[in-house]
Amino acid sequence: MGTGGHSGNARSPVRVLLSVLARWEMLLVAILAVVIWAGTQISPVFLSGDNFGASISGTMEVAIMALPMTLIVITGDIDLSVESMIGLSGAILGVLWAAGIPLQAGIPIVLIVGVFGGLFNGFLVTRWGLPALVVTLGTLALYRGLANVVLGTSYVSNFPSNFTAFGFGYVPGTSIPWTLLAFLILAVIFWAVLHLTWIGRQVFAIGKNKDAARYSGVRVATLRTALFGVSGLVAAFAGIILALRYNSVRSDNGTGLTLTVVMIVVLGGVDINGGKGTIPGVILAVFTLAALQSALRLAGVSSEYQNVAIGLLLIVSVIAPQLARQFRVLVDRVRLSRHGPVRDPVPGEVVR
Amino acid sequence: MASNVAMAGSPRSRAGVLISGFARSRELTLAAVMIVLSALVATQTPNFLSLDNLGPVMTLGAIIAIAAVGESLVILTKNIDLSVESTIGIVAFVVGDILKQQALPIPAAWVIGIGLGLVLGMANGVIVAIFRVPSIVATLGTLSLFRGLAFLVANGHEINLNDLPDGYTNAASQSVFGVPLFVILAIAVVVVAALVLRYTVVGRLFYAVGSNAEAAATIGVRSRLTVFLAFALCGMLAGVAGVLWGMNFGAIYANSASGQSLAVIAAVVVGGVSISGGSGTVVGAALGAVFLALINNALLLLLLPQEWLQMIYGAVILLAVSTDALIQVRTQRAKARSRIR
Repeated sequence: MGTGGHSGNARSPVRVLLSVLARWEMLLVAILAVVIWAGTQISPVFLSGDNFGASISGTMEVAIMALPMTLIVITGDIDLSVESMIGLSGAILGVLWAAGIPLQAGIPIVLIVGVFGGLFNGFLVTRWGLPALVVTLGTLALYRGLANVVLGTSYVSNFPSNFTAFGFGYVPGTSIPWTLLAFLILAVIFWAVLHLTWIGRQVFAIGKNKDAARYSGVRVATLRTALFGVSGLVAAFAGIILALRYNSVRSDNGTGLTLTVVMIVVLGGVDINGGKGTIPGVILAVFTLAALQSALRLAGVSSEYQNVAIGLLLIVSVIAPQLARQFRVLVDRVRLSRHGPVRDPVPGEVVR
Repeated sequence: MASNVAMAGSPRSRAGVLISGFARSRELTLAAVMIVLSALVATQTPNFLSLDNLGPVMTLGAIIAIAAVGESLVILTKNIDLSVESTIGIVAFVVGDILKQQALPIPAAWVIGIGLGLVLGMANGVIVAIFRVPSIVATLGTLSLFRGLAFLVANGHEINLNDLPDGYTNAASQSVFGVPLFVILAIAVVVVAALVLRYTVVGRLFYAVGSNAEAAATIGVRSRLTVFLAFALCGMLAGVAGVLWGMNFGAIYANSASGQSLAVIAAVVVGGVSISGGSGTVVGAALGAVFLALINNALLLLLLPQEWLQMIYGAVILLAVSTDALIQVRTQRAKARSRIR
């Protein structure tokens, strides 16, 4: 004859709703809404098509790089060298173009260089077991150095207009930049791979427990190397976009972008220790960043301070889930001490 | 029944044992490489070994070496501090600004500068040790944050030679018996750090936490406090480096010392401090800083493009880390082999 106590099994609709709302992506939607609201308060042109197009195209390079970075971080690695690959790919593209080689040939060459650069990272990380942090720190310097050697202090500009139109042009009749289209297409592909295919499953498996994954037959080394290769390829693509958007390449193209890419990934809810994350979260983070940068720019904040905002956002978005976790642990402890562990009542026992 | 000793591996000659022992000491190897390198460069440009040339080179090397000592404390605990360049920059600017406005006497300005470095280091320590943010992410963020603070303080201005007290920058070119002043200071820092790391409990704790944080915690080591201390000291030493930076260059900007984090980490890694924590010496890190300074100077004198420097930093980091890993794999294989027999 016991009533009361916990049944614990049936979840009321309220609980289900709460668990959905408590997801990181929901928090991001809320933050995005707040930022957009703040933007409209700062300036009436915030929501205009022109402003949207201009702000969004500025974030497309880091957005694109955030996609493979998400997978790499989920497997527990990191790739710091992406900004240098942007510089190197731009430099090579510029040098080839200046030498008279058409972009139709130059672009594939640059993309191949990107793949090899990424595979080099992957090789050092998997074959020799070196920590990804240090390897990509080294290649961060190495590839930037190569960009300096290739291009020196000169710069190349005057790319053909049909290509630069892709870089800073819009879909005719709309405010949607071509690069946004490219990002959305890539985002859908990465989303499908990560969340719908066995490749994505294996990525999560590696992130949760590398050894268990290996013993379950996952080709851990191959997959990790491939992910670095993809990251290099995408970074090279982003470098090409950057070059076309600015219609100029210098050897320091892309400096400082690694911070932004890591920030987007972490803000998107990807656990920096690996094993957890979603592409939709990262997409939301991209738009949040674009909105934030646009709002700050309209408010007159210099790019140097915008970088500070990004750094702050990075730290906060890593601390917040830790705090939330510790809060939840605390709540559980309190609940446990008050009600005791849940068990079925013994017949005849009075449950309070 | 043959004894295990005879079975374990091939017989080693005296010379073989000597060479392998030598090779195992990263510090000795580094010193040897530096001597060979200097000799080679000196054949091309005899000017290389002159005091006029080596003085400024070693002075800058000493500044990086001091920052490298701090960074190696952090790396020993299996963390990393990417924000040292921003700490050096902001401290250099703040000290320069105080002297420019003649607000305080020189020693007071120095104390404030070093104190600022300590505070920034403690901020890193709080984020990493208390909030458990991985140090790579945390210091990536503070790298930007502290640099932003420098821009805030600078407010568009810069510090010139004229703004500083007369003769302030002379200290950078002074030497005692031919050894630059800053080098003597760096040696003092390295000696103190080395002694503390080797002979005090606190020093050994850095190694303990870096080798196996959980085991250390099990025997009662306050791991998080140790990590906090490592970051605090790293910030403080970066502050010292910032003060010296201002004295060396005279011209200080909000962007000063940009890019130096890579030089510092490269120095530490080349110096034999393992990036996975728990092994390495500050002497090695300081030698690494000197090594990189010599390479930088050799590039200049051999009229090779300065652009190669970044590439060399990267190649050096990769090479140093790869050889460490290869040596580890080999010793582990050798151990396993001798155990089976």
